[in-house]
Amino acid sequence: MIQTFAFYLFAVLVIASAVMVIMSRNPVHSVLWLILAFFNAAGLMVLVGAEFIAMLLVIVYVGAVAVLFLFVVMMLDIDFAELRAGFIKNFPLGIAIAAVLLAELVLGIGAYRVGAIELGTPDGESAPLLDRSNIESIGALLYRDYIFLFEAAGIILLVAMIGAIVLTHRKGPKDARGQQDIGKQNRRRPEEATVMKQPGIGTGVEL
Amino acid sequence: MIGIEHYIVVSAILFVLGVLGIFLNRKNIIVILMAIELILLAVNINLVAFSAFLGDLVGQVFAMFVLTVAAGEAAIGLAILVIYFRGRGTIAVDDVDRLKG
Repeated sequence: MIQTFAFYLFAVLVIASAVMVIMSRNPVHSVLWLILAFFNAAGLMVLVGAEFIAMLLVIVYVGAVAVLFLFVVMMLDIDFAELRAGFIKNFPLGIAIAAVLLAELVLGIGAYRVGAIELGTPDGESAPLLDRSNIESIGALLYRDYIFLFEAAGIILLVAMIGAIVLTHRKGPKDARGQQDIGKQNRRRPEEATVMKQPGIGTGVEL
Repeated sequence: MIGIEHYIVVSAILFVLGVLGIFLNRKNIIVILMAIELILLAVNINLVAFSAFLGDLVGQVFAMFVLTVAAGEAAIGLAILVIYFRGRGTIAVDDVDRLKG
């Protein structure tokens, strides 16, 4: 009973906040609604017993992606009123395409419901471990069968990180702050960079 | 009792809302990126729901990979957006025609 209630609460909230994400006038509000949508989706996943993915959603999406969006929206000085110009004009076409897509999806779900679509049965090789938590089962599977995919995911993140830095890094004059001078770094010797001091008790250090 | 159909319907609605968001905010690339995040969230809900109801954890593992790609895509997309704004002073998608020739 409480599970049903919680499902409908989360489902209604996630859909309502998704509507607000695409309808809201101010992109900052859009990002905040997006955060609410992610929290409620995480709630849906907790309900179904996937705690790990739910927490990952909160950490990665809310903690990283949404904050990145907020930074970009707030730091760029963009005239958002001008960008909304085509909103009314595109509305009928958008609604029509969305209705067609939703009808197709509902048809598919209906076909599955009456038994026209065979989903296949799991082979049991990757079933959740007995008496173990969700995260332990996922860890066992991830590090046993999907270790190379896992490392590929790490490489994707590394490439994304380097790409974002390379794209946004500003090349300035050599001596400006934040500019790297590799020759200068390599010329540095320990003698001129560090000093050894042996201060007496209670005297402190003079630099 | 909540069955798998409930979850599929929620994720279908979320997916359609994401597509609708791309159509409605055709000029504002930030909202387009957010709509793409909504679509990926719908896919994730679908994967997790099937994984849980079929008793097969591969869905949750793949939901994690989708999450990874979504994070990378957001980082790269926003970086491109920032350098585009620096050069042009606007982010209107209609003005992106430098490669037109």
